[in-house]
Amino acid sequence: MSGGLTPTDDAAADGPGEEGAGAVGVAIVVRGLRVWLERTLIVDGVDLDVAAGEWVTVIGPNGAGKSTALRAIGGLLPFEGSVELAGTAVERLSRRERAKTIATVAQSPVVPPAMRVFDYVLLGRTPYVPPLGRESAADLAAVDEVLGELDLERFAGRRLDTLSGGERQRVFLARALVQGARILLLDEPTSALDIGHQQEVLELVDRLRAERGLTVLATMHDLTTAGEYADRMVLLSAGRVVASGSPTEVLTEKNLAEHYRVRVRVIEGEHGPLVVPTRG
Amino acid sequence: MTRAAGLKPAWLAAGLLAVLLALVAGLAFGSVPLPPAGVAAELLNLIPGVRLHSGLTEREIAIVTELRLPRVILGLLVGGMLALAGAAYQGVFRNPLADPHLLGVAAGAGLGVTVVIAFRAGTGDATTNLPIAVPVAAFAGALIATALTWLLGAAGGRDRSPATLILAGVAVSSFLAAAQTYVMQRHVDTLREVYSWLLGRLATAGWHDVLMILPYAVVTGAIVLSQRRELDVLTVGDEEASSLGLHPQRSRYLLIVAASLGTAAAVSVSGLIGFVGIIVPHTMRLLAGPSYRSILPLSVLFGGAFLALADLLARTAGGAAEIPIGVVTAFFGAPFFIVVLRTTRTAAP
Repeated sequence: MSGGLTPTDDAAADGPGEEGAGAVGVAIVVRGLRVWLERTLIVDGVDLDVAAGEWVTVIGPNGAGKSTALRAIGGLLPFEGSVELAGTAVERLSRRERAKTIATVAQSPVVPPAMRVFDYVLLGRTPYVPPLGRESAADLAAVDEVLGELDLERFAGRRLDTLSGGERQRVFLARALVQGARILLLDEPTSALDIGHQQEVLELVDRLRAERGLTVLATMHDLTTAGEYADRMVLLSAGRVVASGSPTEVLTEKNLAEHYRVRVRVIEGEHGPLVVPTRG
Repeated sequence: MTRAAGLKPAWLAAGLLAVLLALVAGLAFGSVPLPPAGVAAELLNLIPGVRLHSGLTEREIAIVTELRLPRVILGLLVGGMLALAGAAYQGVFRNPLADPHLLGVAAGAGLGVTVVIAFRAGTGDATTNLPIAVPVAAFAGALIATALTWLLGAAGGRDRSPATLILAGVAVSSFLAAAQTYVMQRHVDTLREVYSWLLGRLATAGWHDVLMILPYAVVTGAIVLSQRRELDVLTVGDEEASSLGLHPQRSRYLLIVAASLGTAAAVSVSGLIGFVGIIVPHTMRLLAGPSYRSILPLSVLFGGAFLALADLLARTAGGAAEIPIGVVTAFFGAPFFIVVLRTTRTAAP
């Protein structure tokens, strides 16, 4: 496929419509996104629309540009093209406004040595703390609320570096949630987890999405799991969108064979296609 | 509800007590030993409206208030600033080894001061009556050194490791030290003066020195302490800090300039005193937790107390001849740090 200018097939995402869980119908609009890293073109003309309250997962082989695209959308990398978050161009948002609009969980977040869980999650309130000021009672209460919601209260006084991978992932998520942003970017949120904890974290995200009306844009490697949770998927290859649509439309044997160079069988499952790699 | 990390009142009280103890000890002990109770009474007499009977003679009162007090205050200020600057560098560079000496900042300030002393030769005693040029030259040297270290460290590419930066600092330090040696060799007549300054000393201190560095101490302290929350956010790295709404680069430059200003002011009056900038913040981190909200203010208090006590040793332990204070800080600081590191290993960063 050429150009990567693949308009999404989601009618709801086409205009600044009134539908969706949030105040705006479209949470993320990306047009012609190009990102260079060290003089290499990593993302080459990506278009993407995510409706408010929608869960879109970007898949693609290693090096396809998934994480880079996500970082650019979060305003963390310079890019060409346009990115709009909740109706405003990302570069027109101040850093604080941006942090209140979109929260990112990095692929492998930095774990500050000896920091306690409560203090780590409290960092998520940074956009609400005035310069030279300190956290208000409301900020502390927001942290307590999220820790309770994610069943993390008993870890509040624990050091982050003493937690297991699954516990830590929930803490990372907690920090993003206390930012109070309606859009959540998750860069491979489950790559460090066993399948039990993968499911636990994704169920949690799905529940929060429903309860808080969040919009989720994620990247994932596990295709079956990705398809089970996403409303729509985008397949990225060599920096371009090569397929997009419902999981059933994207997760086809042909698409995966062409872009992952792997022989798979795709079986119809209860919550979406089951992707099973097979030997050649 | 869990309390957020911050400065615990008990630690603040301990820090203030340490400063007070260092103050009284620094005033009471010396070539003429004085009763600590009498010294404490004289100290209180400095507060307007207070009149206590200290039992000290006029001459002893003069020793306390005119000779020892400015020197102890200078020790508190210099120690506090070096420790604060060290803590700021460690946070800004996210590197536990960063300190004014390892980053070449002190060497840059040293070169600046050496140049001023060397070229002022013959125009009077440049160090006892410090001209305004000394702190300015020290500050310029400190900033240039920081910039060189940062640029050289950045040459390692995007993923510069803590080690790259330290290596850059070592290279810059060596280069500046070589330049300093060259300047010294070209101006042999000032060699002794430069050398005695290089080893670190609070000996020529008077109220003049205290008044000269006080504004720098206030500015440095205000800026660095105002950034304590930003330093906590920076511990998650630039990209995440940026996604949390912070401007990491802006905070970093502000802190580097402020810390370099403090280092330069300290170096310009006291010479090169090592170890305070690395040992004190680390000890605070190990004892009082990793938040800069406690590390920064405690570094000021304990850094000041540590240097004032080190100066007490420097002027009393060696008999008639004073030991350079830099020797004392290294001699006692290093083993002390090892003890702290071993006993609180689990909390080590």
